[in-house]
Amino acid sequence: MVELNSSQNRAQSRQYLGRRNWLVILCWLILFLYLSYVFSLFELTTERFLIGLDNGAKFLSRMIPPNFARHELLIEGLVESLQIGIIATTAGVLLSLPLGFLAARNLMPIWVTWFARGIIVLCRSFHPVIVAILFVKAVGFGALAGVLALIVASIGFIAKLFAEAVEEISLKQIEAVRSTGASFTNIILIGVIPQVMGRFIGFASYQLDSNLRNSTMVGLVGAGGIGGTLFAAFQRFDYDFVAAILLSIVAIIMVGEGINNVVRRIYR
Amino acid sequence: MIDVCSNFEERKWSRFTPKERIIRFIFYVAILSSIIVSIRTIEVIPEFLYDAPEQMADMLNRMWPPDLRYYPESIHEALLETIHIATLGTLLAVIFAIPVGVLVAENITPYRWLNWLARLVLVSSRSINSLVWALLFVAVFGPGPLAGVFAIAFRSIGFIGKLFGEALEESHRGPIEALQATGATKLSIMSMGYWPQVLPTFWSVLLFRWDINIRESAVLGLVGAGGIGVSLSTALELFYWDRVCMVLISMLVVVAAVEFVVTQIRKRII
Repeated sequence: MVELNSSQNRAQSRQYLGRRNWLVILCWLILFLYLSYVFSLFELTTERFLIGLDNGAKFLSRMIPPNFARHELLIEGLVESLQIGIIATTAGVLLSLPLGFLAARNLMPIWVTWFARGIIVLCRSFHPVIVAILFVKAVGFGALAGVLALIVASIGFIAKLFAEAVEEISLKQIEAVRSTGASFTNIILIGVIPQVMGRFIGFASYQLDSNLRNSTMVGLVGAGGIGGTLFAAFQRFDYDFVAAILLSIVAIIMVGEGINNVVRRIYR
Repeated sequence: MIDVCSNFEERKWSRFTPKERIIRFIFYVAILSSIIVSIRTIEVIPEFLYDAPEQMADMLNRMWPPDLRYYPESIHEALLETIHIATLGTLLAVIFAIPVGVLVAENITPYRWLNWLARLVLVSSRSINSLVWALLFVAVFGPGPLAGVFAIAFRSIGFIGKLFGEALEESHRGPIEALQATGATKLSIMSMGYWPQVLPTFWSVLLFRWDINIRESAVLGLVGAGGIGVSLSTALELFYWDRVCMVLISMLVVVAAVEFVVTQIRKRII
């Protein structure tokens, strides 16, 4: 009986494995077909790839050594990028706080959450560069358009995560505060905020990081920061200056990441 | 009894040590001063601000109604190209990211300098934006979707590699030790010990990145790297705001559809 059972099991598992293998092979086949289709669509041939590699080598040789001669321009652009990142994060965080509360399903009536969630989804669905294009049209070239675009991006990210954090809080503490006869403001301040503050600081520092990265790029469409300088250098084929700009951006992001780690240690 | 009570009242309770309080205070001052300095020194041209509402209204007026004929004319094909760029870029990124992720995981690669090298690769991949990568690859491969694929791939390596490496570092020692005890080779330990443990993370990171890449590849066309961005920039340069609106609407639909697909796959498989 025992033997029969085990042989049955073995047969079953073999059948299962067979079906799984078949599925895996099918997946690989689909992947292969898709790849060959796309490769033919994009006209990706080895010849073109080799030409590209050749171009790449030339390109790299013109980038090295990086040229820091125009460091005034470089520093000016970087400072503006930093300003954009800091202001956008601050304003984005301040706006996300109320919006996140409004979007939390456990605190607010359902129609309010739908409204707030609609705004958040709208903020999230477009790439910051596209938002920046629209703001450049509205407020003209310059850093302000970049700031506004990144505020929109920050709201889409922080408010969503913040709403999720608020939805996960323990309701016992709120009940306790409420039973003392506290007003709604007090419930929020004493019952909710302390529970979510730590995570909120985490989101904010992450967003600062991501805004710093993005602020180096909104300049491509004329919204201020180092991106404009970078784009101009590209169009003038000043590849050594491009390399200098890219290295500085990487350096700044790395410093930012280091600061982020320190902040996280302070607030652990 | 009374003594104990009075002692109890005299003791001061505080959440942080003085050192912690000082550090926090310095931190707050630094944040506040950086915000104030940024606001006071940023260059904003006030003349542009006055007519901002007017300009905004003008833009919205020109956008409505969207030009529906632009969709079959140019958008449809460009949208498909965008999706192909994102998918192919993600696949290419995975091929590069897995070895880098293995190198960055300290429990698998015991060499410090290799860890640091891999970390440097990941950080530079992440801190250079996909648009900048696109600029670089347009210079290498010429304008077209191929540059877009490489831009998306190089931007994604950092993201996938970092999360993959972290998943490897967090995997349990138990199965690995069991395999080592049987005298398994390094390759078998990787494929039988680590790989099954990180598989769910791997899939979810992949899906997440694909979702992001669809959004990102939509703007690559602005610098000539193919996809829907090309239609967008053509419309923008000619000030056809109704066409711009149509592009934006179709992007919104695609992004929503992709998000729906990703959540469905996540629910079913992971």
